[in-house]
Amino acid sequence: MLETALKGRQGYWGLLIFLLALMGVGFVSYLYQFSEGLRITGMSRDVSWGFYIGQLTYFVGIAAGGVMVVLPCYLHDYKAFGRITILGEFLAVASVVMCGLFVIVDLGNLPRMLNIMIYPNPTSILFWDMIVLNVYMLLNIIIGWNVLSAERKGVHYQKWVKVLIYISIPWAFSIHTVTAFLYAGIPGRHYWLTAIMAARFLSSAFASGPALLILLCLIVRKVSNFDPGKEQIRTLGGIVAYAFILNMFFLLLELFTAFYSQIPGHMHSFDYLFGLEGHGSVLAPWMWASIGFAVVALVLLIVPATRRREDTLAVGCAAVIASTWIDKGFGLVIGGFIPNPFGRVFEYWPTTPEVLISVGVWATGFFILTVLYKIVISVKEEVGA
Amino acid sequence: MGLDRREFLKVAGLAGLLGLGGKAAIDMFAPGELEASMETIPLTEGKRWAMVIDVHKIDETIIKKCVEACHREHNVPDLASKKEEIKWIWKEDYEHSFPERHHEYVGEDVEHGSFLLLCNHCSNPPCCRVCPTKATWQREDGIVMMDQHRCIGCRFCMAACPFGARSFNWGDPRRVLEDEKLKELNPGYPTNQDYPTRSKGVVEKCTFCAERLAKGQLPACVEAANTVKKDALVFGDLDEPDSNVRAVLRNHYTIRRKPELGTNPNVFYIV
Repeated sequence: MLETALKGRQGYWGLLIFLLALMGVGFVSYLYQFSEGLRITGMSRDVSWGFYIGQLTYFVGIAAGGVMVVLPCYLHDYKAFGRITILGEFLAVASVVMCGLFVIVDLGNLPRMLNIMIYPNPTSILFWDMIVLNVYMLLNIIIGWNVLSAERKGVHYQKWVKVLIYISIPWAFSIHTVTAFLYAGIPGRHYWLTAIMAARFLSSAFASGPALLILLCLIVRKVSNFDPGKEQIRTLGGIVAYAFILNMFFLLLELFTAFYSQIPGHMHSFDYLFGLEGHGSVLAPWMWASIGFAVVALVLLIVPATRRREDTLAVGCAAVIASTWIDKGFGLVIGGFIPNPFGRVFEYWPTTPEVLISVGVWATGFFILTVLYKIVISVKEEVGA
Repeated sequence: MGLDRREFLKVAGLAGLLGLGGKAAIDMFAPGELEASMETIPLTEGKRWAMVIDVHKIDETIIKKCVEACHREHNVPDLASKKEEIKWIWKEDYEHSFPERHHEYVGEDVEHGSFLLLCNHCSNPPCCRVCPTKATWQREDGIVMMDQHRCIGCRFCMAACPFGARSFNWGDPRRVLEDEKLKELNPGYPTNQDYPTRSKGVVEKCTFCAERLAKGQLPACVEAANTVKKDALVFGDLDEPDSNVRAVLRNHYTIRRKPELGTNPNVFYIV
């Protein structure tokens, strides 16, 4: 099947070359970081994780979100999704690759990375996160590849694949739960120390993952003869709507606990993130933008007419992605570090090299996604799906 | 005082190990009179090392001495950058040492008082729990130790430490040797040829001077403080009922930083 990725139109090659160029920029920036150390980033003694770990967290969500097409298809026998499960699985593969790269670029001493496996510490959530993410990626590669090649040959995929599919469904929940545990079990970081963290992560994942999938489906339909399907997109729209409402509901629960209890530790990070304490906050405009996008998304997704129209649905999905990206890819991680353990505000903002390295990682993810989707499209066109 | 033969030999042997005789040896039999900064057992054999900092006794001079002694001992450079700051022990005011205790009517002597902050060597350390490579771990004597040669620089421990005790080498600390401005700030770096300098990309922090304890010496900060004022910093074994730290804790009201988090810090403050 791999050969189908080697035959494509100009647009396909153009996109790949463009992504390769961005990967090159990212790689050169990384070499600079590798030689100078992480001091070229905006991170500091006080805000010791930043954009990289935020992006890791966000893309774990996108990866987990893919299960929202797999679960209805295999557990509820919702056959229509059978047409696009492969898109969800390959999106998960590309996302997990990005997650891995964001961890790698964040490490202070990359050559020692294998120490995680040589001296494993089972009480470390990072150790488990590495395991669940890698297994999830393998599951999706094996499942996706086998199901797709069976489809190409016009036969039913083998029985053992079905077993893996059933494993992959709770596994998707596990990757984002474990990722939430990176934060939710740390004493002294009040913004993170909340039992609802994993639930918030999953709701935002199940909104942003399918939202991105809807946009990708619309693009696939536009650039190929394979139509992911009107019904499929509409059902996904419903899933995004429910998940995003839950996501905002969970945020309100956090706000209630913080501001009704009036416990300073619970309020401080929110005060900082939304600029409520008088002193300016570089993140406040972004956090308010996240709320703005959320309002737009809620309106477009809740009103049936706009949810069912594909163009307004697309805008709603883009708003969901923007809102959750700011909230999780940015505010969540940085908000946990501000104020610092001494109650001081020491701000963080990513530097240009830091952003360029991140662009390189995104480009790598989208490069993999493009190649995988090209294979899917070729097979689907071949069998006349 | 009733001592059986076995106990007598133990104490006498330990006293011999410490090279103590005369009064010091007698002090062993009457721990109440023991000078608090002395040890009842060799510094190499503690079970739960702890430090008591008497805030009434420390002043700017002592604090400065402690910080300097520590940072000289461990080759901690001044990088002239708040963002990249590396510190093992440092001065902090009351409000930011104990943010949850602070209130606006707190007495001036407390509000303007200076505290010495360092790694708490918690008995239940979250940093060790989260480290993916066991590069930071708890020794049998309670010291939360750090292996800068195993650390991969993920900085999970920095996120997990509620006390801001950990520093990261954002850049190469050895650039102090080349950078003209930094050279001026750090005369003689590396100040201790017997202690390793670090590479970039690893976390470091206070180790209660594990390398000095192994030689039977007190931590550098305690030694430095004691040259100015006796017992400003007291270091000893919490596990030993008759130890100096236990005596000090019995006789004074002490507080610890953020005890509500359950990490069980082993640095106490007499306020």
